Amino acid sequence: MSLLNQTDADVVMTPQNIRTKKLPVAVNLLVAVVALGIGFALTYGASIGTWVLAVVIALILYLVGIAVVAGRIEGRRAARNRMWQALIYAACVLAIIPLASVVWTLISKGASRLDANFFNTSMNNISARDPNGGAYHAIIGTLEQVGIAALLAIPLGVLGAIYLVEYGKGKFANTVRFFVDVMTGIPSIVAGLFVLSFWVLIVSPWFNDGEPRFSGFAASLALTVLMLPTIVRSTEEMLRLVPGPLREGAYALGVPQWKTITKVVLPTALPGIVTGVMLAIARAAGETAPVLLVAGGAAAINFDPFNGNQQSLSLFVYQQAGDASRYAPARAWTAALTLVAIVLILTIAAKMLARRNKLTR
Amino acid sequence: MGDYPSRSDNAFAGGTGVTGRHARSAGTGVSPSSYQEPPIGGGGALPQKARFSMESGFRGLSVAAGAMVLVIIVAIAVFLISKAIPAINADHENFLTFKTWFPNDAQPRFGILALGFGTVLTSVIALIMAVPVALGIALFLSHYAPKRLATPLGFAIDLLAAVPSVVFGLWGRDVFLEPVREFSGWLNHYFSWIPLFGGDGPFGRSILLGSIVLAIMVLPIVTSLSREVFQQTPGMNEEAALALGATKWEMIRTSVLPYGKPGVIAAVMLGLGRALGETIALALTLGAVFSISPNIIQNGGNSIAANIANAFGEANATGRGALIASGLVLFAITLVVNIAARAIIHRRREFRDSAA
Repeated sequence: MSLLNQTDADVVMTPQNIRTKKLPVAVNLLVAVVALGIGFALTYGASIGTWVLAVVIALILYLVGIAVVAGRIEGRRAARNRMWQALIYAACVLAIIPLASVVWTLISKGASRLDANFFNTSMNNISARDPNGGAYHAIIGTLEQVGIAALLAIPLGVLGAIYLVEYGKGKFANTVRFFVDVMTGIPSIVAGLFVLSFWVLIVSPWFNDGEPRFSGFAASLALTVLMLPTIVRSTEEMLRLVPGPLREGAYALGVPQWKTITKVVLPTALPGIVTGVMLAIARAAGETAPVLLVAGGAAAINFDPFNGNQQSLSLFVYQQAGDASRYAPARAWTAALTLVAIVLILTIAAKMLARRNKLTR
Repeated sequence: MGDYPSRSDNAFAGGTGVTGRHARSAGTGVSPSSYQEPPIGGGGALPQKARFSMESGFRGLSVAAGAMVLVIIVAIAVFLISKAIPAINADHENFLTFKTWFPNDAQPRFGILALGFGTVLTSVIALIMAVPVALGIALFLSHYAPKRLATPLGFAIDLLAAVPSVVFGLWGRDVFLEPVREFSGWLNHYFSWIPLFGGDGPFGRSILLGSIVLAIMVLPIVTSLSREVFQQTPGMNEEAALALGATKWEMIRTSVLPYGKPGVIAAVMLGLGRALGETIALALTLGAVFSISPNIIQNGGNSIAANIANAFGEANATGRGALIASGLVLFAITLVVNIAARAIIHRRREFRDSAA
């Protein structure tokens, strides 16, 4: 009897069995609920841990359970697919918890000292028992240091990017490009040590009767070192996006190259360049380590960035965090909230600008 | 002027002399726009090559700005070395193998070994925790989440990458210390037979806390970089895998992950560079103990960068030199890591260009 003649009453093609079987959502939920139940029962029954352990056990049980159940209904490959999907979703939830906690703490603890006094006073003559005191001097310091750093880094960075895109060819340009990339990864503390050994210990004694002197300008120099590669990279990418025909059009009209760059290429790429610069400024404003090493920190207001110690907002957070006063943590958190607000406003504005940028769309 | 081909035939060739009129030298036969101007001589419409023009000036400026990057990198190395050498010469112990840090004594004794160990250990543990989670989120954002969810979530992750490290450090010390202390006690209670979780306390301000805080900080960076790579996977590759009957995970495993591998490696290396150089978050969370022990839950741990921030206040001249010397070691480590990461990216860039 040949195979062809063999008839099997059970095998009839119907819309139900022609498709692969799918795991019903209800079964999926059931597995999850059972896993959670077992997890909590096991944890609290044997009292070996808290709800965290219960959730972890439940997750493992769910993964095993879904593998077994889906393996039965859908097959091995589909079961593996579901396991990985569950793991990826779990990773997402796992990451959101601490990040949400950071944001929540920042807002709830930072709001306690968010008053006019905080933004109008410095820490001068604030003793350990004084609940007042504020970050006025630190905000001034941050604005001045970051402002000077931006003044130094923007022209340098944009010109460097122009070199890489418009003029740079050959080995030297490739070397510069490579080291710009490498420079992006220099730790901020190394930049601080560099300015310490170069500016504070060697150059500043010339202006100060042989005594090394901390200053806000030294912090600006360190921030410049940190901002420069970021600005070069982002500007370079933007300049590359400027369409070639724009340049060729200018050349065809007899415009010299430098004028083409300043009048045609730069204005076209401007929104993108501004975005990159704002992101670099936001990153620099949050740097603590270099300011700690070369500006020294101060309790009083110092408007002069070239003369004497200066405070910055991030350094203020760090110093208040290490302060023994019981009012210090509130000041630290409010300063942290202010700092994050400044950084995030800059970042969000930069991203909004990037969205409206015609070149990148 | 013979028979020139019609203009449209040659319009895309890009050569000169498209029409008879253009074939003439510039300036000849061109009259000035107004009779007040002097007549333009032969070739006069082309700018004369001047010795000191705006052109060469601008070019020189931009070359100088480009060279500035190299100058800064070299200057960093030179100045750090110049300040580090006197301190290392004053050291009464071997700088590379001594474990503790007393550079301010009359007989300075300090070494990098425990600090270097702590730096590498915290960074590696942080990456072990952060990378799988970051890859999971990156895949979720690029392939699982609906677009309406993925865009704001990706935006939020990018924003978190901008949050200053001092904020994470403060959070780690004020908020996260208690849960970690409890968790460490639990680990110690049940797993003290593993050397990692041994010891008898106190727990909390440990390498574990420092590494988790570092992991949370590195997470957004690795996530956003690898998400970009995953999104660039050619749609053709994905569709081909799906057309062959692959499940979603098989599609990711066979087309997305292989395509993104160099990018992910580079992202991890950049995250490692960031973790190695992280200062303030570790200065606020580690216990600042100079020891080499595999125990990660007892109070202790230290890193090069955190030690610089902690010890800078009391340092004298030799102490500063010693800290600069340790910074030099950190600089060298991060330089190696970054150069390796960039080399991988550059190789990938060539690969993509030739494939395109």
